[in-house]
Amino acid sequence: MTRKLSYSQAINEAMFIAMRESNKVVTFGLGVPDPKGVFGTTLGLQEEFGNKRVLDMPTSENSMTGIGIGLSLSGYRPVMVHQRVDFFLLALDQLINNAAKWDFMFGGGQPVPITIRLIVGHGWGQGPTHSQNLQAMFSHIPGIKVVMPTSAYDAKGLLLESIFDDSPTIFLEHRWLHGLESEVPEESYRVPLGKANLVNTGSDLTIVSMSYMTIEATHAVNELNKVGINCDLIDLRTTSPLDVDLIKKSVTKTGRIIAVDSSSQSFSVASEIIAQISMDPKIVLKHSPKIVALEDSPAPTSFGLTKDYYNSASDIYREVLGMFERPTDDIEKIFYSEKLHDVPGDWFKGPF
Amino acid sequence: MDLAQLYKSMFRIRLIEESIADKYSEQKMRCPTHLSIGQEAIAVGVSANLSNDDLVLSTHRAHAHYLAKGGDLNSMIAEIYGKITGCSKGMGGSMHLIDTSVGFMGSTAIVGNTIPVAVGLAWSLKLKESQSIACVYFGDGATEEGSFYESVNFAILQNLPIIFLCENNLYSVYSGLDVRQPKGRKIFEMVKGMGINSVHGDGNNVDEVFEKVKIAKEAILAGKGPQFLEFDTYRWREHCGPNYDNDIGYREESEFLQWQKNDPLNKFLESTALAELDNLKNIIGKEIALAHDFADNSEYPEYSQYKSIANL
Repeated sequence: MTRKLSYSQAINEAMFIAMRESNKVVTFGLGVPDPKGVFGTTLGLQEEFGNKRVLDMPTSENSMTGIGIGLSLSGYRPVMVHQRVDFFLLALDQLINNAAKWDFMFGGGQPVPITIRLIVGHGWGQGPTHSQNLQAMFSHIPGIKVVMPTSAYDAKGLLLESIFDDSPTIFLEHRWLHGLESEVPEESYRVPLGKANLVNTGSDLTIVSMSYMTIEATHAVNELNKVGINCDLIDLRTTSPLDVDLIKKSVTKTGRIIAVDSSSQSFSVASEIIAQISMDPKIVLKHSPKIVALEDSPAPTSFGLTKDYYNSASDIYREVLGMFERPTDDIEKIFYSEKLHDVPGDWFKGPF
Repeated sequence: MDLAQLYKSMFRIRLIEESIADKYSEQKMRCPTHLSIGQEAIAVGVSANLSNDDLVLSTHRAHAHYLAKGGDLNSMIAEIYGKITGCSKGMGGSMHLIDTSVGFMGSTAIVGNTIPVAVGLAWSLKLKESQSIACVYFGDGATEEGSFYESVNFAILQNLPIIFLCENNLYSVYSGLDVRQPKGRKIFEMVKGMGINSVHGDGNNVDEVFEKVKIAKEAILAGKGPQFLEFDTYRWREHCGPNYDNDIGYREESEFLQWQKNDPLNKFLESTALAELDNLKNIIGKEIALAHDFADNSEYPEYSQYKSIANL
């Protein structure tokens, strides 16, 4: 049976299922058992599974990552959570030097099945160190998988797959997606890592995006459809492995590509996608490829700046019209919204 | 405890390390190699208290830890030669030794970064309600890393079965303690302030090491939580490589000579008859020669094997 669940409820349900399916699944992070339960995603877990498997942790990001690695070397499947990806930067030694390489540097047979849930902030004053989009940095490291679910359905299926996958996995949850609802089956199911999702089909243009930007891209695609431009919209689901095959298949059909990224542009996942397309001699493009991404500068905090800094559906729409040499006059009217630009919806009241 | 057996184990490690030093110039062992010569007593004194089910992690200077725990000699030498028959199939080299069959769970090249992993292993032992313990070796330099404090804190918090084993050999590469830590600090006293039982001893006295680790292990098994042990010792050769480096100016020849007089093998060498020593050298020498032959005659990993291990 399926029913509507929010993204955070879907993650919570995935955690319950994983911990019931295997007593080797443990979860820890600052605030995991607190009354707010990491935006609702860990609520009820400690009550059901006890404080040996569900626990708070010291503010020791690097060592807790290493401790998770040690647990996983002994057959456990730890799920570590940080309320912002930015705090996890203290743990890059353990992530890059140990988790990503342990199995390789000891000649195989030493898998590190740790899942690290990291939440990406956006708007409402999150600013330079609470809203970084670091998927490209993580994806650059061989030996780690990087997961970025967009829908509640994918969040549940991808989290279960990540937990039971034998690789270390970075699981990036965009804060603006936590309240988003979709149909989610009650039972346990998996969404494979490395298979992107073709959200919309069209023959004129390929748009590739990930995480929250797929929501903005979906609005743009719907409006483009009204003016006769039909798009393939590919939601990456994982940035590593990157589903290059699906992207190439689509671009072979459309001959046009825009890569949309939630991060700054230089050295981004979008750049990698354009590089992969450019290097394929079989792909002939009708128009030079484009990227819609953020400026190469830290995220601003002020309400007065975030509107111009972030991209939305209208920015994607404008780039597409430009590609087809169409007038771009009435974009403001089409995408006019009463809601404030720095929150995902009325449900979001801050502070984080 | 059979003290003679401990000395023989130390003597064997000394001869193995010297064989690596002797043959290093052949350029067949092409990886950074940190010899344990002068520091054998700690590894042997610790390991004599551990079973194969007790889990050990170590550092870049891991040969003695690996061998004392029972790690396979052929696999270690082959790993240093970069061969597929090595303990890490040639993917890791001297700094990445592993033999899980004897509970030697790995050694890594980054200062202090196996400390939390060992705490994780200790946590798994507690969750499994095992009667085994974990032990992690690290140097004085690692006590300057944040992850050391993070790891000790969590181990105390969760009452984990782990020995934190600090080998204080005075130097982090060529930087002495005097340029890295405040004058007069005793590491074990500082650590005691965190709320962990903490003791100090002579790391060149295998008898003393054995007894102190024995007490520590008994305390852990009695539910008294993690234990910190600091042992003083000294590396004889250069930080990395087969030579002596007392001439380059970071330490005094006189300091080295003083420590050499305090060779952990002294008692053994003085009290063992020459004929017996020769006999031992002969037996161990054959084992070592076979290990080098095994490594030399083994194949390098195929590129396809590398790709398969790296999951490419």
